[in-house]
Amino acid sequence: MHPERWLRPTPAGLLVEPGGFHIDPTRAVDRAVITHGHSDHARGGHRHVLATPETLAIMRSRIGPEPAGAVQALAYGESIEINGVRVRLVPAGHILGSAQVVLDWQGSRAVVSGDYKRRRDPTCPPFEPVRCDVFVTEATFALPVFRHPDDREEVARLLHSMAVFPERTHLVGVYALGKCQRLIRLTREAGYDQPIYLHGALVALCDLYRELGIDLGDLRPATEAPPGMFAGVLVLAPPSALGDRWSRRLADPVLSFASGWMRIKQRAKQRGVELPLVISDHADWDELTQTLDEVGAPEVWVTHGREDALVHHASKRGIRARALSLLGFEEEGS
Amino acid sequence: MKAFSRLLSSLLYTPARNAKLRLLRAYLAEVPDPDRGYALAALTGTLVFAEAKPAAVREVARARVDPVLFDLSYEYVGDLAETVALIWPATTEEGHDLRLSEIVETLTLTARSKVPELLETWLDRLDADARWALIKLLTGGLRVGVSERLAKGALAELGKVRLDQVEEIWHGLDPPYRPLFDWLEGRTPPPQIDTSRLFRPLMLAHALEEGELLGLKPEDFRAEWKWDGIRVQIVSGLDGARLFSRSGEEVGPAFPDLVDRLNFSAVVDGELLVRRGDEVAPFNDLQQRLNRKKAVARHLTDYPAFIRVYDLLFEGEEDLRHLGFDARRARLEAWVGRTGLATGVIDLSPLVPFADWEHLAKHRLGAAALNAEGLMLKRADSPYVAGRPRGLWFKWKRQADTLDAVLMYAQRGHGKRSSFYSDFTFGLWTEAGGELVPVGKAYFGFTDAELMQLDKWVRNHTVDRFGPVRQVEPGLVLEIAFDSAQRSTRHKSGVALRFPRVARIRWDKPAAEADLLETLMRRIPA
Repeated sequence: MHPERWLRPTPAGLLVEPGGFHIDPTRAVDRAVITHGHSDHARGGHRHVLATPETLAIMRSRIGPEPAGAVQALAYGESIEINGVRVRLVPAGHILGSAQVVLDWQGSRAVVSGDYKRRRDPTCPPFEPVRCDVFVTEATFALPVFRHPDDREEVARLLHSMAVFPERTHLVGVYALGKCQRLIRLTREAGYDQPIYLHGALVALCDLYRELGIDLGDLRPATEAPPGMFAGVLVLAPPSALGDRWSRRLADPVLSFASGWMRIKQRAKQRGVELPLVISDHADWDELTQTLDEVGAPEVWVTHGREDALVHHASKRGIRARALSLLGFEEEGS
Repeated sequence: MKAFSRLLSSLLYTPARNAKLRLLRAYLAEVPDPDRGYALAALTGTLVFAEAKPAAVREVARARVDPVLFDLSYEYVGDLAETVALIWPATTEEGHDLRLSEIVETLTLTARSKVPELLETWLDRLDADARWALIKLLTGGLRVGVSERLAKGALAELGKVRLDQVEEIWHGLDPPYRPLFDWLEGRTPPPQIDTSRLFRPLMLAHALEEGELLGLKPEDFRAEWKWDGIRVQIVSGLDGARLFSRSGEEVGPAFPDLVDRLNFSAVVDGELLVRRGDEVAPFNDLQQRLNRKKAVARHLTDYPAFIRVYDLLFEGEEDLRHLGFDARRARLEAWVGRTGLATGVIDLSPLVPFADWEHLAKHRLGAAALNAEGLMLKRADSPYVAGRPRGLWFKWKRQADTLDAVLMYAQRGHGKRSSFYSDFTFGLWTEAGGELVPVGKAYFGFTDAELMQLDKWVRNHTVDRFGPVRQVEPGLVLEIAFDSAQRSTRHKSGVALRFPRVARIRWDKPAAEADLLETLMRRIPA
């Protein structure tokens, strides 16, 4: 049966009707399947939650020891049946634990991909394309102006700037979950072995990543270091703390921000960013269009972001495409 | 182009003036001639390519990529150069850099019809940053926060000379400025410029901030009317006269009735105005004569022009700029009596005598009746300093007129406001309970916090969309301040506002109570 008849948007989020569960619901529901741990996807208050073990660990860290009435872990590749709907979680390559939800019911298959990217990320397994009848895709960077450069080049620019301005602190804005740990891994891979200083809001998730086996090297809380210690060091902070009073202790900081939005110079300028780093956990235009080709779905539903452009592109390629309005997802999410 | 695009990006991202100065100096020291000279010309707005138009750039891009995707991207990014630079598909040619000088020199030899083709081959060769720089260069307006003064500052630092030494010869030099660099780098003596017919950089005023008068002593200042014309500099000598606008462009050819009579040797600062009988005509009359390459014969009699002078920079060969205002004023008055008046097209802008600020404030109320924009305050002892020095000259504009208009359309801004609906079209009612007619557009006057509120209001009250423009329900009243209103045949409402800005957002006022068009029409001077 065509997924149109059993998968539909509701005010609470995408509902799998015969299964009786929502995917990434925006309000408390009876049963939820969660694609990944970002707060606009993984909310508290549901009665039952199904997610990857990593996502559940992240939810425990962010929401509390009991993020839902009951939780159930489903590892990548394993599948279970919920009221006759077969559910399988497949890596999405977005952040640690992020998954696509593969749904099979009465001979048809829909894949709800959540947020995803296609390039290598040292902190999570890569996206796996799954052929399907309906593919539900994000569209955060769905305009052909968004083509993210190689993240190694971006990290090289950061390290180059640190060499050029040894007397200044480099303060990089990163989203606390995913971007932060990926950037740390990338700097370590580029050979940077000095301590990296963290704003307090980043510490817990870095600890969790380490518990889950991701080596982040020598990390120290920035708040404990004495002022005067900051010349030449690398400090990471959530974007909201960049222009904060907190950063006054730093040595004439070079403000930097690691985000796909930094591709647009005026966006960087708007935020007062001096060293924009184009590093994103979302698929860029080429990754999105490549993915549509690989999953081979005759029909695509486009959620949060710049739906118009991706719908236009898909339609030109003979794919039935429509924008699916899902409220509650942040336009500028991580 | 790589060095140039790196410079532009760094300048854009660097907020601090001193850091910009350092970046520019380093660039000028490292990059060879003639590239650095052309970069300097581009940054100071001296390099203009009349044959390359933004519309042509857009069409080149829309022909290469899917035009629907291009339009969506442009709407989102809000900047043509960035959109084209980012959307241009990579080719195997990409990364074969071009020299800035090659681009500039080729363009000056290329006819308009050939520009698109040329642009396309260049875009294929350059990387994204260099594509951005190329389009900025072509379409003008780099907007990276470099003023002409800052550029001259970098040159002065490069050559370890004083800023005014650079200022003095700047307008006599042309890109790519080889003699200038030769001098600054100690290879040759200063370039010999015939300064006798050269535009001298103007002294400019700051707007008087509220409450600022309290800190100033009335006896230290002189007052003049701020005339509502255009500022001009007369540079006249044995071989004729030239008339420059405030930016140093020649406006003489449109005013032969003036230029032919300026038969003296002096550099004079004043206001170009049009006369109506014995009075100064509204700006609209002068407008008829501006932006023309040649004068229209009928206009010479319908809109007779004259220059009301207020400063004397040179008399003959003698440079008076180091003198204080009072001393220059005495020389000016004597000169006008002896020479200026005899031309028949020059008169003297009188001083406005006053005892204290309160007294002067009363004079200011009379500005509108004289068709003056307000008052100028000039320190009695200040020399004539190029640029906009602090604390010497102030402009004290007359109280703006205001009206309550209804927000009708909003458009996304450009540049750093590209994600906000920040350009607002507002209208007035034709009659009570009638229709709204647009009368103008305002894009400033509000704070950043108010912009966020306006943006949100627009998004929540949209009734229709036309590309980047949203039509909103007639539900929000904006108090619009403006300097004056003029009749206009180009606007549906029949009226055009000068310098409209949002004075207040009237969240409290029902739209039906906004002003009528008729109320505005009554305020237009005949």
